[in-house]
Amino acid sequence: MPCQHFRGEMLNAASEERAQSLMRLHPYPWPAFVNKLTLYSPLQPYHFLSSAHSVSWFYSVPCSLLCDLAEISLFLVELPSSSCKMSCFKGKYHDELIANAAYIATPGKGILAADESTGTIGKRLASINVENVESNRRALRELLFTTPGALPLISGVILFEETLFQKSSNGTLFVDMLKAAGVLPGIKVDKGTVDLPGTNSETTTQGLDSLAQRCQQYYAAGARFAKWRAVLKIGPNEPSELAIHENAHGLARYAVICQENGLVPIVEPEILVDGPHSIDTCADVTERVIAACYKALNDHHVLLEGTLLKPNMVTPGSDAPKVSPDVIAEYTVRALRRTVPPAVPGIMFLSGGQSEEEATLNLNAMNKLKVLKPWTLSFSFGRALQASTLKTWAGKADNVAKAQAAFLSRCKANSAATLGAYKGDAPTVAGASESLHVKDYKY
Amino acid sequence: MVATLLSNTPTLLGSRPVAGRAQPRQVAGRKALVVRAGPYDEELIQTANKVASKGHGILAMDESNATCGKRLDSIGLENTEQNRRTYRELLVSAPGLGEFISGAILFEETLFQSAEDGTKFVDVLNKQGIVPGIKVDKGLVPMPNSNGESWCQGLDGLAQRTAEYYKAGARFAKWRSVVSIPAGPSPMALQDCAYGLARYAAISQASGLVPIVEPEVLLDGEHDIDRTFEVAQEVWAQTFKYLADQKVLFEGILLKPSMVTPGADCSKRESPEVVADYTLKLLKRRVPPAVPGIMFLSGGQSELEATLNLNAMNQSPNPWHVSFSYARALQNSVLKTWQGEKKNEKAAQEALLKRAQANSKAQMGQYDPSMESEGAGEKLYEKGYKY
Repeated sequence: MPCQHFRGEMLNAASEERAQSLMRLHPYPWPAFVNKLTLYSPLQPYHFLSSAHSVSWFYSVPCSLLCDLAEISLFLVELPSSSCKMSCFKGKYHDELIANAAYIATPGKGILAADESTGTIGKRLASINVENVESNRRALRELLFTTPGALPLISGVILFEETLFQKSSNGTLFVDMLKAAGVLPGIKVDKGTVDLPGTNSETTTQGLDSLAQRCQQYYAAGARFAKWRAVLKIGPNEPSELAIHENAHGLARYAVICQENGLVPIVEPEILVDGPHSIDTCADVTERVIAACYKALNDHHVLLEGTLLKPNMVTPGSDAPKVSPDVIAEYTVRALRRTVPPAVPGIMFLSGGQSEEEATLNLNAMNKLKVLKPWTLSFSFGRALQASTLKTWAGKADNVAKAQAAFLSRCKANSAATLGAYKGDAPTVAGASESLHVKDYKY
Repeated sequence: MVATLLSNTPTLLGSRPVAGRAQPRQVAGRKALVVRAGPYDEELIQTANKVASKGHGILAMDESNATCGKRLDSIGLENTEQNRRTYRELLVSAPGLGEFISGAILFEETLFQSAEDGTKFVDVLNKQGIVPGIKVDKGLVPMPNSNGESWCQGLDGLAQRTAEYYKAGARFAKWRSVVSIPAGPSPMALQDCAYGLARYAAISQASGLVPIVEPEVLLDGEHDIDRTFEVAQEVWAQTFKYLADQKVLFEGILLKPSMVTPGADCSKRESPEVVADYTLKLLKRRVPPAVPGIMFLSGGQSELEATLNLNAMNQSPNPWHVSFSYARALQNSVLKTWQGEKKNEKAAQEALLKRAQANSKAQMGQYDPSMESEGAGEKLYEKGYKY
């Protein structure tokens, strides 16, 4: 049986036969497939080794997203053989990294970025007149994680270190709460940016010192992926070769250290939207930066199948005239087709100051494009998932239900957008169309 | 209004929102970045997609005069211009060749030659629906201070030459660099290989020729398939980075890689399925989906091997067209059948069509080896092969 790769395909009933026949080949006790939602947690994987040494994962996609499809649809991921004596360098976590990265990139799901540092979350809380204390920070995250119906649409949550070790109000570790719902916990591991001397305020990201030990601790605490944000900007002479090189190599070092310690690295080379530049300039810079990133990842022997990319969308600068989602979609997908090898399972966009609705519409347009995209295109949104939720909550227990409804609404919209199925009909909540751009944003 | 940038028929950069060529902005004595724009962009994409069409591949017939001489010598023919012309005419006028072959790489001499009846070879090919291509490198020369490695020359005057070739009817170009595993490869050889390819590619595109990017990892050596895989990954990482740095338009190039196989002298041989596995893994890790076609070289594999391996790689859909650009693996039987005799011409052409069709089927994953004759399995590997 040759190695097949079905990631990203929605298979209809005809292929359920294939799924059934695959299941029959293997002695594992399979649950019966019926017309209902079941989520197989990747942390208790249903995986097996066939005679052709393939590892398969089965998931079912919530029927609510399938619109008119009457049959059972399966999202079938069959991973390349891990027992092939492939690639001389093979880390200890090779198979697990590939499986987890593929899971995070499940179409219909995306990442909730809830890893605001204490300082940054303080700014959020301040904007709704809530005090920046641990109990409030915990309350906000708890609000998000306990939203009924939201977690099945989320494949991973990026946490700040504090949250990784926090418990909910009833004593359950947040990490356990997420795991039980089939959501992979992730952890921000960088230690912020510092200026590069001799440049026009360009930066590099720090955090490599003792990163290996920290990753081990995070893995033990339940994290399965990590995130590191590199930042570049566009200016008359920016980004400079130095900034590109420095940030690409920081990302590569971080990535390989994570992989050595069991965490799927999200590679995030964010090019800030600030400036009057055109979408053409953004495209050119994005292509250069991502090409440099993959060169560095290659040089450092990073296992691409066990990574995810978190890029900016290709848009005009914040001070330039806006363009439609279709144009953003075409430029963005073109740039990615030129730079991202098919081995990468998923591209999880950052929202970078777009409004909630903008970000969703752009993602949707990309997934509707009729051109070959061998990776999943999904979301890793922070502000663009939480902004209206935060406003609605305003720190008051009475508002929790309404705030959760707002959050669920954005989750559903973005989940549909990953399938190109968003109809632009998410219930309007105050703030959903508000720009979230903050100049020279410090995370 | 920005036209659709990503339709199936490539008009990707046809209507660029930036009017004409983007001009660099002068800021305080330092140049701002230039957004890439070329006059032939749309045509390059069309040509690349035409060559990379389903069921089709490239006939590489660009042997230098010396190498062509070796071929003719093997069947007892003198290495004269007339004999070279006769042989090439036999190839390009095989009836119906265009059903399986979408491009033919020519040597400079052949680009300006004509058939017996006076029709230019370029026109013969175009009538067959075959895009004429041209080898533009000036061969490999020893690299000083390396481990006995070579570098590929040909950049001097390349802009002018490619412009002339375009005028003569060529629409794609080819440049062959090599990398040797027994020799390292040394970082300097690797860098030069990638750099030369990138510069050649940028210059070719500026003259309207689709560059075939060929960093051949030589078969010579005792290394196993894992080592080939390691080296191939590095070679392609380097090559794509340099191509990106030179602002080459990826939608308008074709690749000509070697398959990932054990070295010729490695005792551990591998099946076509394993070769396909490794090779596809390499491609998925290194080749952006914007590249329309990957046309494998045969590099000394037998005709049969080359077809079997290609077939194994096309058993499921790939993000790019995966096909062939074969010289020896298409021509070996042809030469043997022809023997330089006019009476054998028809049979020789049939031999060519047979191999072309086999590879066309392999491109579609439908090849059936039971239809092959014995000669197809003949070993074509030559130690230290000079192209």
